[in-house]
Amino acid sequence: MTESGNMQATVQEIIAALKNKPGALLPILHDVQNALGYIPPESVPDIATALNLSRAEVHGVISFYHYFRDTPPGKETIHLCRAESCQAMGGKQLEEHVKSKLGIDFHETTADGKFSLEPVYCLGNCACSPAMQIGKKIYGRVSADSFDAVITTIEASA
Amino acid sequence: MSITIYVPCDSSAVSLGADRVAAAIAQEAAKRGIDIKLVRNGSRGMYWLEPLVELATDKGRVAYGPVQPGDVAGLFDADFTQGGAHALSLGLTEEIDYFKKQQRLTFARIGKTDPASLTDYIENDGYCGLKNALAMTQEQIVQAVTDSGLRGRGGAAFPTGIKWKTVLNTASLQKYIICNADEGDSGTFSDRMVMEGDPFVLIEGMTIAGFAVDATQGYIYLRIEYPHAFDVLNAAIASAYEAGYLGENIQGSGKTFHLEVRQGAGAYVCGEETSLMESLEGKRGLVRFKPPLPAISGLFGQPTVVNNVISLASVPVILDKGGDYYRDFGMGRSRGTLPVQLAGNIKRPGLVELGFGLTLRELLYDFGGGSASGRPIRAVQVGGPLGAYLPESQFDTPLDYEAFAAIWAVVGHGGIVVFDDTVNMAEMARYSMEFCKEESCGKCTPCRIGSTRGVEVMDDIINGRNLDKNIPLLRDLCDTLLNGSLCALGGMTPYPVLSALNHFPEDFGINAKATAA
Repeated sequence: MTESGNMQATVQEIIAALKNKPGALLPILHDVQNALGYIPPESVPDIATALNLSRAEVHGVISFYHYFRDTPPGKETIHLCRAESCQAMGGKQLEEHVKSKLGIDFHETTADGKFSLEPVYCLGNCACSPAMQIGKKIYGRVSADSFDAVITTIEASA
Repeated sequence: MSITIYVPCDSSAVSLGADRVAAAIAQEAAKRGIDIKLVRNGSRGMYWLEPLVELATDKGRVAYGPVQPGDVAGLFDADFTQGGAHALSLGLTEEIDYFKKQQRLTFARIGKTDPASLTDYIENDGYCGLKNALAMTQEQIVQAVTDSGLRGRGGAAFPTGIKWKTVLNTASLQKYIICNADEGDSGTFSDRMVMEGDPFVLIEGMTIAGFAVDATQGYIYLRIEYPHAFDVLNAAIASAYEAGYLGENIQGSGKTFHLEVRQGAGAYVCGEETSLMESLEGKRGLVRFKPPLPAISGLFGQPTVVNNVISLASVPVILDKGGDYYRDFGMGRSRGTLPVQLAGNIKRPGLVELGFGLTLRELLYDFGGGSASGRPIRAVQVGGPLGAYLPESQFDTPLDYEAFAAIWAVVGHGGIVVFDDTVNMAEMARYSMEFCKEESCGKCTPCRIGSTRGVEVMDDIINGRNLDKNIPLLRDLCDTLLNGSLCALGGMTPYPVLSALNHFPEDFGINAKATAA
């Protein structure tokens, strides 16, 4: 099967499993993003038809929520906290370091496709600021050095 | 006999290495042929001591912390499983001052029990509230919650009993209980601790709420930033279904309550209850006009109780021990306890549950031990990103909804973020506007456009341009946001902005006299 055929099959499977839930759109979008890493614009018509919505309505929902993305992410997405508690513990300096280390700004992906960088407004790890999340893994009291160590470990295991 | 060792599975503890410590303990014990039972408990909330390893003894649990994987062999060398002395030894956990001085009602079990174990929950007073509720009429349940004086812990502090009464008295074939677990406020993590550390207490609270108002379906709207809580809640819900604590004919009562976790997608505004319901319905999280109140026309147009995690998690103890028991804690019209969260630049960050009435100063210094950097504390923000910044001169304010309102501040969800004297308050005010711009749902003009203009005005002020015009312009803009916004996002962004301007005018390039104008 072609790659786009695979994608379509995955999306159809998710739609079939969830479309009868009340308020099914967000659960469907979550599952699509979990499975594919993003919500391909090509999947929007299928989702819209299944839920009896317009494509504009589905697009509107995807674009409203910071978490949903319509482009493929890097292999790992780094969510770096920008909120007050992390700022109080040097979060801004860490942000500068992370951006220069990776050579990208927020919402960008490194040229080698390894890392995407996204801002996040609180990870609930405020007692251990500054904080970041990579995949499902959360890190506390992150320093420039510990960030570099984490990145090196991830690169080594790739 | 095997020795029980506790290592928290709380995600903050894990962020500091708790998983690696647990693995190291298991490995070291196996290597030395010591029979241990490793329990992954919730966190005690003393985060400067995490990962906190505990050991069950005849005298109670003893603690060691903060433990890193490299310390584990040394702990075994010191024979810590037999109570041997070690540099990381902290003595009896519950005798640690920070913990001992608390009044833990909602957090009674957190850190003690295995959050994944329903048996552990039941053996530690779990489901006593539900048992009592099953013997009461709906009116009696609502009355008990009203008598307790419980007010919404999400931030708005609306009396929970009154909300429930409205839903109970609104006739409908379908009603809903929604738990607002979109804990987006920076500096707050008490909801997360409950969901990760004692998920059954939330399930029990929601089930009681369902019985009280005739709702058969509940949703926990959980923020996407809490993946660990998602897993813990789903596992706990599955166990509760299996044991007949959820589903149909709960514990033979003939009553039904279904519960499902739904994930948000990174929108702060979805913590606002009407926006949250739009999101649950599968739409953009646009704020709704009120009225109608959600209690009358909420999710899918049906009567709906929307309560915060802490509010719902406080219901079981109220039904177990009575409304009066809970009401006897606290001060004034702020009854019961508040789980305060100490965060940011503070030496001893963590969770402090106490009856209302303690002053900020006691929290910051007696509990928190001052700043982490050792520099003077210059400002604290209480109540999340929409809460006011308070200067040292206001640190004697007691934690009480009315006392905070009197100084134009909010208690909110009980988060306190500490800043030392290196903070630039004009930068923080700019950030508040930027945050509002980033998170505005876009429905009302003051918030959508005002926040963008606010960032621009703050940039001008920070660059010292035209202060004579720009400071009054900022005040004017805040006035529009305050009075013209549809919800608290636009309506309360002026709290951090104006409090920063009023209390720290020097950071805005003006002297105190000029601001009074």
